[in-house]
Amino acid sequence: MSTIESTNAAVLPAGTWQLDPVHSQVGFAVKYMVGTFRGSFSPVEATLVVGADGEAGLTGSARAENVKVQEPSLVAHLLAPDFFDAERTPELRFRSTDVRTDGARVTVDGELEVKGATRPVTLTGEVGEQITDPFGRERIGITLGGTIDRTDFGINWNNPLPSGKSALANEVALEAELYLVKE
Amino acid sequence: MKILGVSGSLRADSHNTALLRCAARHLPEGVELDVWDGLRDVPPYDEDHDIDPAPPAVAAFRAALAGADAVLFSTPEYNSSIPGQLKNALDWASRPHATNVLRNLPVAVVGASTGAFGAVWAQAELRKVLGAAGARVVDGEVILGHAHHKIDEHGVLLDEEVRDQLVEVLSDLAGAVEARRAPVAA
Repeated sequence: MSTIESTNAAVLPAGTWQLDPVHSQVGFAVKYMVGTFRGSFSPVEATLVVGADGEAGLTGSARAENVKVQEPSLVAHLLAPDFFDAERTPELRFRSTDVRTDGARVTVDGELEVKGATRPVTLTGEVGEQITDPFGRERIGITLGGTIDRTDFGINWNNPLPSGKSALANEVALEAELYLVKE
Repeated sequence: MKILGVSGSLRADSHNTALLRCAARHLPEGVELDVWDGLRDVPPYDEDHDIDPAPPAVAAFRAALAGADAVLFSTPEYNSSIPGQLKNALDWASRPHATNVLRNLPVAVVGASTGAFGAVWAQAELRKVLGAAGARVVDGEVILGHAHHKIDEHGVLLDEEVRDQLVEVLSDLAGAVEARRAPVAA
């Protein structure tokens, strides 16, 4: 195991990095009946701040009303009190409490706020190599993923199958592909 | 605060309509309850007729819902589910889906039956339908079984346990209205 001090500086370059909302993807995947149902949020906001000492913090947010799925009626249900309750809790937020790297691997502990409930979550993924884009801006890419139990956030909707099992799983995978641009 | 009472039964001596009148006797302070009586007039849902202006009975139902701070439904149970006419009226009310009058509206469901089970399956079905329409469904149920023995000729609810359930549901419903009015974190 590498130490945090020796690896942070190597893969998380110092600076303030803002999310490029055009190319980033922040979404979720959840087992529904016979497959995996996916949705995303667009646009989202995120900022990664890395100090000269390698200490890093990641924050992000999305508006519930910006949930994207393929059917407008389903969006309407997702925004209703059965799911995100966008009227009462319009914002979803994430704030890291600890960011660790081990080579290209990154682990982000943080607090996720959904439907007014804030719960700890751990996301893991990879940090890509820093590049300069064709327009002269510095970029890095980070993938992150993790799982939450949606019922921890008060999202309890379900529909029983004839077998008695539930149509919708409680476990939800979070998937983020973050394009970050240096300020 | 205005609560609209909607009974799933059309019958003049309906136990569910009687249960709504009982509810009107046990309201939290500052709350009034009007029982809607237009259910019989709602035509069968037909997307070809779901145009502007809506059929008068539909427009009246939508206006009654839009003018209420919350809705208390009392439903009987037909064949283990919701009465067709009530479901039909909700199908009208729930359209257009994204902007319908039930969206975010606090609602609670109670039920009465002459049998022992107090329409529990119909209540569960009704909560599911209201949730799908986007309503703010308050937890808690009122199960009035053997209803014909439990509301007297003056409309007084004789069963103390059910009366307590009713008071609690009404309090929770009023609480949901207050919570909706409270400022929301940005």
